[in-house]
Amino acid sequence: MKTMNSKSTAWRNDAYAKVTGIAKYTDDLKMLNCLHAVPVYSDYVSAKIISIETDKAMKQPGVVKVVTYKDVPGNLQFGQIIKDYSIFAHDRIRTCGDVIAVIVAISRQQAIDAIPFVKLVAEELPAVLDAEEALKEGSPLVHESHGSNIANYHCVRTGDIAKGEKEADIIIEQEFTTSRIEHAYMEPESALCWQRPDGVMEVFGSMQHPFSTRRFVASTLGKPLSDVEVKTVPMGGGFGGKDDTAAIVCARTALCSMMTKRPVKMTYSREWSMRESYKRHPYKIQYRMGLKNDGKITFVKVRMVADGGAYCSVTPWVTWRSTVQCCGPYEVPNVHCDVYGVYTNNIYCGAMRGFGSPQVNFAIEQLIEMAAEKLGLDEIEMRRRNMVHQGSITVTGQKLDMHTVSLEQVLDIVVKESDYLNKKQKCSFGKSENDQLYGIGLAISYRGMSLGAEGTDFNSAIINVQPDGSILLETGVHENGQGSESAMILLCAEHLSVSKDRIRYRQPSTSNIPDGGTTVASRGTLLGGGAVVNAAKQLREHIARVIAPDLKCKAEDVIFENEILYDKDKKHKISFNEAIRLMYSRQEYPYSFGVFQAPQVSWDEHTGQGNAYFTWVYACQAVELKVNAKTEQITLLNMIAAHDVGKAVNPELLKGQFYGGMAMGAGYGILEKCDVKNGKVVPTNLHQYRILRSTDLPEMTAIIVENYDPVSPSGAKGIGEPTNEIMAPAIANAVYHATGKRYPDQPVKIIVERRDTEAQSHGEKK
Amino acid sequence: MKTIINKKEINIKTEDKDLNLLEWLRETIGMTGAKNGCGIGVCGACTILIENKPQKSCILKVQDIIGKEVTTIEGMANADGTLHPLQQAFMDAGAIQCGFCTPGMVLTAHAFLLKNPNPTRLQARQAIKGNLCRCTGYQQIIDAIISASAYYNS
Repeated sequence: MKTMNSKSTAWRNDAYAKVTGIAKYTDDLKMLNCLHAVPVYSDYVSAKIISIETDKAMKQPGVVKVVTYKDVPGNLQFGQIIKDYSIFAHDRIRTCGDVIAVIVAISRQQAIDAIPFVKLVAEELPAVLDAEEALKEGSPLVHESHGSNIANYHCVRTGDIAKGEKEADIIIEQEFTTSRIEHAYMEPESALCWQRPDGVMEVFGSMQHPFSTRRFVASTLGKPLSDVEVKTVPMGGGFGGKDDTAAIVCARTALCSMMTKRPVKMTYSREWSMRESYKRHPYKIQYRMGLKNDGKITFVKVRMVADGGAYCSVTPWVTWRSTVQCCGPYEVPNVHCDVYGVYTNNIYCGAMRGFGSPQVNFAIEQLIEMAAEKLGLDEIEMRRRNMVHQGSITVTGQKLDMHTVSLEQVLDIVVKESDYLNKKQKCSFGKSENDQLYGIGLAISYRGMSLGAEGTDFNSAIINVQPDGSILLETGVHENGQGSESAMILLCAEHLSVSKDRIRYRQPSTSNIPDGGTTVASRGTLLGGGAVVNAAKQLREHIARVIAPDLKCKAEDVIFENEILYDKDKKHKISFNEAIRLMYSRQEYPYSFGVFQAPQVSWDEHTGQGNAYFTWVYACQAVELKVNAKTEQITLLNMIAAHDVGKAVNPELLKGQFYGGMAMGAGYGILEKCDVKNGKVVPTNLHQYRILRSTDLPEMTAIIVENYDPVSPSGAKGIGEPTNEIMAPAIANAVYHATGKRYPDQPVKIIVERRDTEAQSHGEKK
Repeated sequence: MKTIINKKEINIKTEDKDLNLLEWLRETIGMTGAKNGCGIGVCGACTILIENKPQKSCILKVQDIIGKEVTTIEGMANADGTLHPLQQAFMDAGAIQCGFCTPGMVLTAHAFLLKNPNPTRLQARQAIKGNLCRCTGYQQIIDAIISASAYYNS
């Protein structure tokens, strides 16, 4: 075990371009004769379309084309799981973000000016705007062909729930709710497409999934994948949010370009982005938990309902993670879990950093403390008695013995570094001489890494050493801003024993590197990094075979060290450059293609049992805060996190993931909520959808824990999401310790004494 | 009508003076460093300096910079491409992730450090209040500002 807290200098390959403003994001790119496209929405939430009239819009100044469903040569329907999304609305309006047309004009302003001239004739239909209502018999169906409003259902059945009930000394029941939230990436969606002279549709776009974008574009255009090339440009944040919507924007833009035979750019305003882009799922979570007097959990019964909105997107996968992690990081012998992903006419929900875990963690990490209090146990001790350890069996029957189970380790570190036990004594519990109430709180989690049994999970890397010894590296991982390219370069340098300065990360293209899946699920460093390590290993072996005679040794005895190749006794040496020169002179390409295939995972949909993920990560975060009993203001005082990442590839950028994740988690805890009223997204821009500003946040501490993961070729696991999944419950626990009141609804909104009547009705409503 | 952008005099055409300043910078002048994150002056991605004061260019008109001295992110580095110490500090501190807020953040920090070359962390935190960042939690941006203050001090 190793922990790190020292300060080093950060490095990333794109830092210079970004800090000087020369980095070109999609909307910064210019093309000659480029047209501009804008989306047209309807005022309906649920309606039958009778006609979409575009003649008047066509006659507006500068308008070149108005594109509707009629113009789609390929597939109108898409979806990563269920093909329920129409790229252009054709028969039905199902939610406020549905696009009925796209206007293409000489200038963007001309296109915007023509929007009011597209006329939709439609007949309003009843809408269903609440997930529980949607589940009821006779509720309007969002997708009639689907036959029900249940987009998906998952379960876990472990042990015998009746036995657990019988063994329990106490039973605790609680309902929690979480809200819909917006990714609020700083860069709204944008796409630039042009039909190349060779017939290939070239796509530049702000999306985190070049390969799914290519699928979407090819499907819309009715072209083979080889006729679409998606190229990566810097992206202004994604957080899971630049998947479906971003790819759809690219697909619509590509269609406009194909039809007009000119380059077309479509850059979303923040208002369009907020209206159309999918959100994080709001959940209702109902727990019933039984415990022995000694604190051991005997059973958990839980029902979760996720409002997936009008389209399925990745709801089945999001809710699957909630299912697998339904009991938090605890050993529970008897589990009965039902999870529903539900269609409504609300804005649809999809992937967001955390992917089904922030909701569950918000609930379970409070529930465990509520149970501790009921039993008169200390909340840390309570966790210790139930948490997973080395060799534990998870609630889905997976034995945790393939890696170091470090949950107690990270908990110990945070308890010590935050001085939790002493500070807990100082918590106000609603009593204070002035109006300042103080609290400290923490939360723990485990998280299955990468996609798990959600899907195929592999990635590749190409290392192509040039005749002068410089290196081109490419992987199937996308740079979302997190620094994945830098991590890949550092791993490549480490495993070839060369300087990182030799390595250039090639602008990735979907026409060159094989489809490596999506850069989601905190899988970039784990999967892409694994592929880089394997590619480097193959390349070393190849170079060693060719160069061994020059070093007068066997290939397996060639040593790579600081850009020099030696025999094992170091009697002979050759520089890396010379070795490469010799390779080319001997007609050998120093080129390798490495693959990392995730180890096998399993899942039985009927019993909810299986080895869901091939490795897990462990985390603990704590927060100190003040609550002003008069103003209801929560002031965060400091936040601390310890995460086991396997191996820190780029420590300073890794810490950036910690800080950013904690900050976003804190926003989830105390502030963020994307209201939908009558099916319409209420906030239109960042003045109404507030994210935390610098002055809302405290100083943060990041503690990196490294237990090398034997299943990962680089030893590294993932970090993007673990950092973002437990600050909200830590805050809720701290608020409880400050105020003596539980807030089971996220975000935590303090209701003070003088509003006691309101506070009660707030509680009763649930 | 003239303005000075990054120490270079630029003529403003009469017909341009009512244009949105951010759009003009990005589309007419070709300086794409300032970004459009919200278009309503809330996120700070479009920040430029007018007379060394941070301003949200997305809610200004071209006429607002007539006769004024403007600094954009393109004017921060030296002509030979070497970085301003503040930019170097952003890089070294790991203050950059997706980079979309970075130009505005650097300029806001620059204006602040010119006025207050010896800030506390809390003052640095307050200085960047008007610039949203979704990636970093601001921690390493504040590290960068504090570390760069040594340069402004000397």
